[in-house]
Amino acid sequence: MTYAAVPQTEIKRSYWQRNQQTLAPMLFLAPAVLFFVFYVIYPVFQSFNLSLYEWDGLGTKEYVGLRNYEDLYYEYIDRDAFYTSLKNNVIWLFLYLLAIPAGLFIALFLNQTVTGIRLYKSLFFFPFVISQVVVGLVFTWFYDPAFGFLNVFLGWFGAGPINMLGDERYVTYGVIIAGLWPQTAYCMILYLTGLNAVNPEQIEAGRLDGAKGLRMLWHVVLPQLRPATFIAFVVTIIGALRSFDLISIMTSGGPFGSSRVLAYYMFEVALSEYGFRMGYGAAIAVVLFAIMMVFIAYFLWSMYREEKR
Amino acid sequence: MTSLKSKLLAAIAGSTMLAGAAFADGHAKLSGDLVIFSDMSNPAPRAVMEGMVDRFGEMHPDLNIELTIIDREAYKTQIRNFLTAEAPDVANWYAANRMRPYVDAGLFEDVSDIWEGTLSEELASTKGAMTLDGKQWGVPYTYYQWGVYYRKDIYEELGLSEPNNWEEFKANCQAILDADKKCFTLGSKFLWTAAGWFDYLNMRTNGYDFHAALTNGEVEWTDDRVKATFANWKELLDMDAFIDDHTAYSWQESLPFMTNGDAAAILKGNFAVAPLREAGLDDSKLDFHQFPAINGDVELAEDAPTDTFHIPANAQNKDNARAFLKFVTSAENQTLINAGDALGQLPVNNQSSVDDDKFLQEGFEMLSSNSPGGVAQFFDRDAPAEMAKVAMEGFQEFMVKPDELDRILSKLERARGRIYR
Repeated sequence: MTYAAVPQTEIKRSYWQRNQQTLAPMLFLAPAVLFFVFYVIYPVFQSFNLSLYEWDGLGTKEYVGLRNYEDLYYEYIDRDAFYTSLKNNVIWLFLYLLAIPAGLFIALFLNQTVTGIRLYKSLFFFPFVISQVVVGLVFTWFYDPAFGFLNVFLGWFGAGPINMLGDERYVTYGVIIAGLWPQTAYCMILYLTGLNAVNPEQIEAGRLDGAKGLRMLWHVVLPQLRPATFIAFVVTIIGALRSFDLISIMTSGGPFGSSRVLAYYMFEVALSEYGFRMGYGAAIAVVLFAIMMVFIAYFLWSMYREEKR
Repeated sequence: MTSLKSKLLAAIAGSTMLAGAAFADGHAKLSGDLVIFSDMSNPAPRAVMEGMVDRFGEMHPDLNIELTIIDREAYKTQIRNFLTAEAPDVANWYAANRMRPYVDAGLFEDVSDIWEGTLSEELASTKGAMTLDGKQWGVPYTYYQWGVYYRKDIYEELGLSEPNNWEEFKANCQAILDADKKCFTLGSKFLWTAAGWFDYLNMRTNGYDFHAALTNGEVEWTDDRVKATFANWKELLDMDAFIDDHTAYSWQESLPFMTNGDAAAILKGNFAVAPLREAGLDDSKLDFHQFPAINGDVELAEDAPTDTFHIPANAQNKDNARAFLKFVTSAENQTLINAGDALGQLPVNNQSSVDDDKFLQEGFEMLSSNSPGGVAQFFDRDAPAEMAKVAMEGFQEFMVKPDELDRILSKLERARGRIYR
């Protein structure tokens, strides 16, 4: 009797009950996937499509093929706005990475037990909490050629004044330094949490083997901080490529367009007061997307490799 | 909620205006809705806009007026959305080529009918600025003069007088430089301030008609006449007439140089007077003169940017909107809203009276009797937006690197080839 009862109950189980294990995660993922497809994937293809048209946002779209890209190419050849933006993006990419060693250094420095260390930590983290707009304004005043502290300070040594944000030679570096301030704080927090997870037994073992100072850092501590380094690298690269708010606040791309980056140039061309070349803006967006894609693909690939191990 | 008050007022107004209504058909009672989107978001303009709506509402108690005031900068991008999607009945904008995209896209209503008859005479000074393709696309409500605002006390101390020609202009500047001050303060961070200099130098070197042709894309930027303008500009740059590091300042940030006495003058619109007065320059220290002639063969022409009201083509209540536009331009309203305690600018209606403020009086006289060449709007309103952006960047670059003029001009010429097609 009992034998016969088992298959009977199996027959009664519905489709849902049989496949619950596979269906439930899919259902939980569905809203996110749906929104991602609709608000991220679909617009990506829309941008591709739009970059083949000329459109002022009001009238009818005119199909122009690859002409927007051709114009970008000529702007590159003529060392015009597109060239400047691309060049500045490369400078941003490299110099912004300085936030990682700087963050590591501060994290190591703060990773000790002194009275009030929590307060110091939160003070160091402060620039990341305040808005980028405020950071931009603070640095704009700091750099001001007439009354800014930078030039007052240089004046004490008989140097300066330098017009940091008004001189095409310095302006990009001036903005990057402002950007490094909050980004360093971010990397610092990543490393501080990473340092909490460092295995004290390994440190002990290293110490017994006579490792000290830099050797200890390089061979024992840093390998254990790899996950933190990876995340810091990802957020810094992406942050450098999407740098926009600081440029908008501090220079509006000036003087005469020499602090533009691709993201800001795209905004200027397509959406600002004097813009509305939607197709051209979309073409710039596609170029920026292509550059980002190189990094994103690398990040995804290395994450996939990690998971597989 | 103010309906009771307005009804009472309207009853009084109605009884006293019976006679008036007979010849002014704009006073016929309106009903229904009127939706207004405005960019007059700064405190004084905002009060003016709200005051106008209140007074119009009192005249037409059955009319339900809905006023939305949008931040002036945000408005510049939002207008594109609301003109196509949910259009109001009345919207603010600017004159001349600045309205071209919306006229071309069929989003502004042709309001030539309002201009028929007496209004064209009363608003003669700004009619040209409101006309595109032979039709009028809106009405002006205010404008203001540009010119040189200078430190009277510094001029007196150095024994200088207002210059009447280019030589005197430069001689004054040299005297100021010798006194260890700069001739002009300037904040070119947001580019358009440098365009003011270009407008005047070009109109004085080549005249209004050439300037209009250039901003319309009919003349090459590499033309010798354009180069002559820049050569005059370069004379000032070679003298070191402008403050250092002007690329780092907005125009507001450049004012302290003048109030501190480090710079003697500024080329600016009349809106600079209010902040300069607030900073302590009273009428004994601040004065105004017209930009002097450079080339004696061309007639003087001025910049006088005009702000406007339009009816979107997709508006629902166009009759009410037309009545509002007529009300805005009426002589009485123009006197009221442009008074010193309101906008503090010039009325567009020639039947209105100008506030007895020193600068408004001087500006009004200059524009009505000493600007025979014509009245321009301002570079970024006369030229299409895209060209304005590229060119103004070029002006700023030229001011920093005057020796690279040829490269800059060829860049502008390339942009011209692309933009005016």
